[in-house]
Amino acid sequence: MTAAVFFGCTFIAFGPAVSLFLFTIAREPLRVIFLIAGAFFWLVSLLMASLVWFISVQISNKESVSQQKGLLIFGVVLSVLLQETFPASASSHHTDSILLSGLGFGFMSGAFSVVNILADSVGPGTVGIHGDSQHYFLSSAFMTMAIILLHMFWGIIFFDGCEKQRWLAVAAVVASHLLVSCLTFQNPQYVSSLVPTYVVMFFMGVWAFYTAGGSLRNLKLCLTCKDKDFLLANHRPR
Amino acid sequence: MANNAEDVENNMDQQQANTSPEAVQQPQEAPATRARSRGGSGDEGGGDGSGPEANGQPPAAHPAQVVENEEEEDEEMTLKYGAKHVIMLFVPVTLCMVVVVATIKSVSFYTKNDGQRLIYTPFPEETDTVAQRAVNSILNATIMITVIIVMTLVLVLLYKYRCYKVIQGWLFLSSLLLLFFFSFIYLQEVFKTYNVAMDYFTLAIVVWNFGVVGMICIHWKGPLRLQQAYLIMISALMALVFIKYLPEWTAWLILAVISVYDLLAVLCPKGPLRILVETAQERNEPIFPALIYSSTMVWLVNMADTDRPKRNSAEASPPQQQTQDSAVESPAPSSPSQDDGGFTSSWVSQQEHRLGQLQSTEETRREIQQMPSSRPPVEEDDEERGVKLGLGDFIFYSMLVGKASATASGDWNTTLACFVAILIGLCLTLLLLAIFRKALPALPISIFFGLVFYFATDNLVRPFMDELALHQFYV
Repeated sequence: MTAAVFFGCTFIAFGPAVSLFLFTIAREPLRVIFLIAGAFFWLVSLLMASLVWFISVQISNKESVSQQKGLLIFGVVLSVLLQETFPASASSHHTDSILLSGLGFGFMSGAFSVVNILADSVGPGTVGIHGDSQHYFLSSAFMTMAIILLHMFWGIIFFDGCEKQRWLAVAAVVASHLLVSCLTFQNPQYVSSLVPTYVVMFFMGVWAFYTAGGSLRNLKLCLTCKDKDFLLANHRPR
Repeated sequence: MANNAEDVENNMDQQQANTSPEAVQQPQEAPATRARSRGGSGDEGGGDGSGPEANGQPPAAHPAQVVENEEEEDEEMTLKYGAKHVIMLFVPVTLCMVVVVATIKSVSFYTKNDGQRLIYTPFPEETDTVAQRAVNSILNATIMITVIIVMTLVLVLLYKYRCYKVIQGWLFLSSLLLLFFFSFIYLQEVFKTYNVAMDYFTLAIVVWNFGVVGMICIHWKGPLRLQQAYLIMISALMALVFIKYLPEWTAWLILAVISVYDLLAVLCPKGPLRILVETAQERNEPIFPALIYSSTMVWLVNMADTDRPKRNSAEASPPQQQTQDSAVESPAPSSPSQDDGGFTSSWVSQQEHRLGQLQSTEETRREIQQMPSSRPPVEEDDEERGVKLGLGDFIFYSMLVGKASATASGDWNTTLACFVAILIGLCLTLLLLAIFRKALPALPISIFFGLVFYFATDNLVRPFMDELALHQFYV
């Protein structure tokens, strides 16, 4: 509950995403617009899911805790499904927009999940004073980072699957999204939710890398600064 | 504090001038034209014969495939070009909103209810019944909108009958008030919040310099970035005043009604803002700089023998240019009379008679610029042409986001949602601008999205997200 916690969690949660933004997106105005459009569509899908959840809560029994929890889970699942249908309906052929709408989704999703928590972390307080986990902030930050990157990977795989009519890929994306969301139901047993999420993220990352045309050879060239195309594109001498 | 309210009341009418013209003005020449005549006056408005797709090259002469590629490239160029303009407006709007939200979150003065109201919203909202509150807020909104309409009409009439001095005096006084008085109050409150001890002498020097430089930048000349920064700052200050002094329901109602008014005033044939924009275009004059944020600046045409002749931007128009050039030129003839340097007037006239004009005139400069040169001036021109957005738009966008962050119980989620909604609305508005090529109202779409997202997020999404955060579920 200090500035250190605040900055630490902020950088953990948004570090990779913001650096992606700065290095690849901030230079091209069109990409920024696609990013914000992606964020907007995520917001709309969340709105619709919340509407359904709200209505269902109003007509349900407010006393029963388990029913409320069940409705919440239903809301989460619905929201995930809506999130996946939105990019499908608003698909465009521009290669950039795929990556960016995924990242926009991720940004917005991460922001919505974690910003209030971060704001609270600046103020005074003690974490877990009533017996809850002491790692609330840290785990939230790590989870957010995973979610943002996952959204981006899902976006790439999803659009590629849609374009090439590989419905298995699309189904895998939806399934893994549902899996990750359901894993979070395990919180606060963070080991059982964070570790599998990171495994899924790594796996999705590798899949997205290969889908986007990467290969081990490309990776090696890029890392040793010998990739001519990459250097030309970034105006750097070898 | 009673003085504050009174002064605020007295000067709110002067602020109306800043809020009235809220039209987004398109670049005065079409975006994709490559060839333009220098110093040409006539082509504003819808004046460019070819649409954005054609590039002045007849496609029929090429084989079909090449045509397709060219058209695709052109589309992409147009898209990128349009995107650049959108970002040129995203950044200042974002900055203004960030300033307002940061102030609202940290300085409690702007969210405290002191019981003071503006003279334009006399009905209180702390009433016993909801119905009474609703009626009061409707009345408040009606009075405010009527005042704005009247002020806009007065401004348009003054402009139409060429009472430029009155308008300039009005704008001068209102920006004076904003730059000195409101920023003084702002500084005071910031110092109070952070418990900074500041003596009056230092404060006086700081406020004086801030204000004077602001006046110079806005009403006269100054570096472009500085002018833009000052316009953003006064918009933020104005938005903060609105957030403080407008009660809640009144504020939302005013936002809604003013977007409708903006739509009507800019698009209806007899709408005051449309008349204003069209009159300005007929007379080839830019609208007053104190009312509009523009992403490029008027540059003077310099001597043709400098290595980089400066170019005109969309705002420049020949009469204006000529007055500015004559202002530049007039000192020059006087100096030779004071210091001939040996070149007496008879010698000069003799040389001129033999060789032609020694000093470059407007005409000669124009001729030289029209000559094809190895530099790529035309592309620079296209990129320098900018977009304009009225300051009233900045003010109301920031007011919406500021109100959302001040009053929403969902805190940052609602603020973020409104922010994204307004940006998307602005994006759509600029898209429409690129399609229709005439002045469009910038408020309706953004404010509509902003209001929808505010109420939806605050009432629907917030409980959902709160429940999720409680259990640490992730969506």
